[in-house]
Amino acid sequence: MTTLYAKELDHRALNEAIRQAGDSVRITGCAGQRFIGAGMSGGSIEIVGIPGNALGAYLNGAQITVNGNAQDAVGDTMNGGRIVVRGSIGDAAGYAMRGGEIYVRDNAGYRAGIHMKEYRDKVPVIVIGGCAGSFLGEYQAGGMIVVLGLGADGRGIVGDFPCTGMHGGRMFLRGDCRGIVFPPQVTAREASEQDLEAIRGPVGEFAALFGLDAAGLLASPYTVVTPDSANPYRRMYVEN
Amino acid sequence: MKLEGEVRIPSGCAIAAVIDRDGGRIPGNLTAEAMRPMHERSNGLGGGFAGYGIYPEYRDFYALHFFFNDRTARKDCEAFLKERFEIVKSELIPTRKIPAVTDEPVIWRYFVDPLKSVLLSEQVDEREFVVRTVMKINTENRGGYVFSSGKNMGAFKAVGYPEDVAEFYRLEEYEGYAWTAHGRYPTNTPGWWGGAHPFTLLDWSVVHNGEISSYDANRRWIEMFGYKCTLQTDTEVITYIMDYLLRRQGLTLEEAASVVAAPFWSSIEREADPGKREKLSYLRTVFPSLLVTGPFSIILGFDGGLMALNDRLKLRSMVVGEKGTRVYIASEEAAIRAMEPEIETVFAPAGGEPVIVTLNRKEGGEE
Repeated sequence: MTTLYAKELDHRALNEAIRQAGDSVRITGCAGQRFIGAGMSGGSIEIVGIPGNALGAYLNGAQITVNGNAQDAVGDTMNGGRIVVRGSIGDAAGYAMRGGEIYVRDNAGYRAGIHMKEYRDKVPVIVIGGCAGSFLGEYQAGGMIVVLGLGADGRGIVGDFPCTGMHGGRMFLRGDCRGIVFPPQVTAREASEQDLEAIRGPVGEFAALFGLDAAGLLASPYTVVTPDSANPYRRMYVEN
Repeated sequence: MKLEGEVRIPSGCAIAAVIDRDGGRIPGNLTAEAMRPMHERSNGLGGGFAGYGIYPEYRDFYALHFFFNDRTARKDCEAFLKERFEIVKSELIPTRKIPAVTDEPVIWRYFVDPLKSVLLSEQVDEREFVVRTVMKINTENRGGYVFSSGKNMGAFKAVGYPEDVAEFYRLEEYEGYAWTAHGRYPTNTPGWWGGAHPFTLLDWSVVHNGEISSYDANRRWIEMFGYKCTLQTDTEVITYIMDYLLRRQGLTLEEAASVVAAPFWSSIEREADPGKREKLSYLRTVFPSLLVTGPFSIILGFDGGLMALNDRLKLRSMVVGEKGTRVYIASEEAAIRAMEPEIETVFAPAGGEPVIVTLNRKEGGEE
C-alpha cells in the first residue's frame, strides 16, 4: 500500500499522485482537496482527514473509505464502486448517482440522493445510518435510499420536504415516520416482508461495515416510499 | 477566453469566521488559514476580512476606512468629513507590497467623533448621523468610498485571493475577539475593490456566498429608507437590511433571521406553538419585501458577536464547529480544521436556522 501525505498538495497534485500510486492508496492529512478518486475504475483509497467536495465523483468501480466526515456532493454522478464514510456527510450526497453504493455511518446533510436514477442492472444504493436533512431523495428517479435513524432520540429521522419531485426508485425509512409530511405524489406505507427483501443485503452490509447487529436493525418496522404511478406529475406543468 | 460550458467554472465563494466567547484575542490571519483549503471557491477577484475588537485604543471613535481614487479625492473627502466630525487620528492603512495584489487605491483610515453641534442641528442620533454621512459620501462620486464605519472594528478588502489580501493588509499585526473572512467568485457583477466582501455599515458586516434572486425587490424597499446601493454587488443590500431591521426597527437577531430567511407558509401553518406561529406570520406580513430568496450562506458580524444564516432551502453549505471558548464557522469542514485541527464538535445548521454566538461579557468588562 502506498501512503500519500496530502497536507501540502492541491487537488490536482493529489489526484495525480493517487493515479500513479497503484491499486491501494492511503491518504493522510487530507485537507479539503476536491474530486478525490474521480472516475477511478478500480483499486481502493483510504482517507484520514477531511476530503473535499465531490469525493468519488463519477466513480466507476473503485472503493473509497473515509475515516471521519466527508463534505458536499459525495459520489456525484457515481457509476459504480463503493464509498464508505465512518462519520457524517454534507449536502447533496449521491447527486445524480447511477450505480454503486454509498454507506454513511452517521448523518447526511440536505438533498441526499437528489436525482438518483437506475437502468436495468445499474441500481444505486445509499444507506444512511443516522438521520438525513431536508429534501431527501429530491427528484429521485431510481435506486434505493435507506435511512436507519440511529441516534435520532425521538426526533424525525428525515428533515422537511422528503421525496419532493420523486418519480422513481424506492426509499426505506426505519420506523413509522409519524409526523413526517410527504408530498401527495408519493405513497408512504409500512414495508411488507416482501418489500424488506430489497434491503436485507444493503442493511446487512452496513451492519458488517460498522460492527452492528443486522438482525436487530432489520427487526424494526420500516416505511417504504414510492411514487404513486409511472407519471405522478401528469399535468403539473403541461398536458403530457 | 473560453465560455462557461467550454470550461468548467466551479461556483461558490468561501466564507469563514471565528469568535472567542470570552473575548480572547485572535490574530487577524487565522481566518486566512481557513481560506487555503477553499482556494478553488475564489477566483482572485475579491477577498476580505472584518475584525472586531481590533482598535481598543480608539474604541470610542468611529473608524472610517476609505478607498480614494487619488490624493485630490482624499483632500476633498477630508474637507467634507471635517464639517461633520472631529478627526482624532488620520493615517494610511499599513499595507505590504506583494505581487499578488496590484492597482491599489489610496487606502486610509480616520478615527472620528461626530460634532455635537451638527448632530443637534440635524436632529438625529449619532449612529444615524454616521449612516447618513457614509451614504452621502458613497453616492456623491467624490472619488472616495467608505468601506468600514463601525467602532472598534474594521473591514479590510481588496481584489485578490483572500490569503493574499490578508498578507497585503498585514492582518497578523491585528488582534480581535472575532473575525469574518470571504473569498470571492463574482458571477454577475464586476470584481473591484469596493465590491469585495465584507459589506459593512456601522459595526454590521456581512460576508456572503450565493446570489440573491430578490435583489431588486429588496433594494427598492430598503432605498425608501435612505439607504443607497452603490457598490454593484447584491450582498450590499443584506447589510442595509440588517441595519434597518436591527438598529432602526429594533428586532432581535432571531427575528431578523426569520424576516430574511422566512419559513414557507406551509411550514408556518405546521408550527405547533401558536405564539411562534403568530409571530412568524406577522414578520412575513410586515416585511414581505425583505425576504431574501436565492441561495445564500452569510455571516453577520456585529458589536459583540456573530450570526451565521443559510437560505431557507439551504442551497449553500455551512458548517459550525466548537472548541473551548471558540466557535468556528466556514463553508467547509476542512476550513474549520485548518483553523483548529482538534475541533470538538462539528454540525451543519439547517436552512433558515440562525446560529448566534455572542461574547459572554463585553470586552474589558464594561456594560
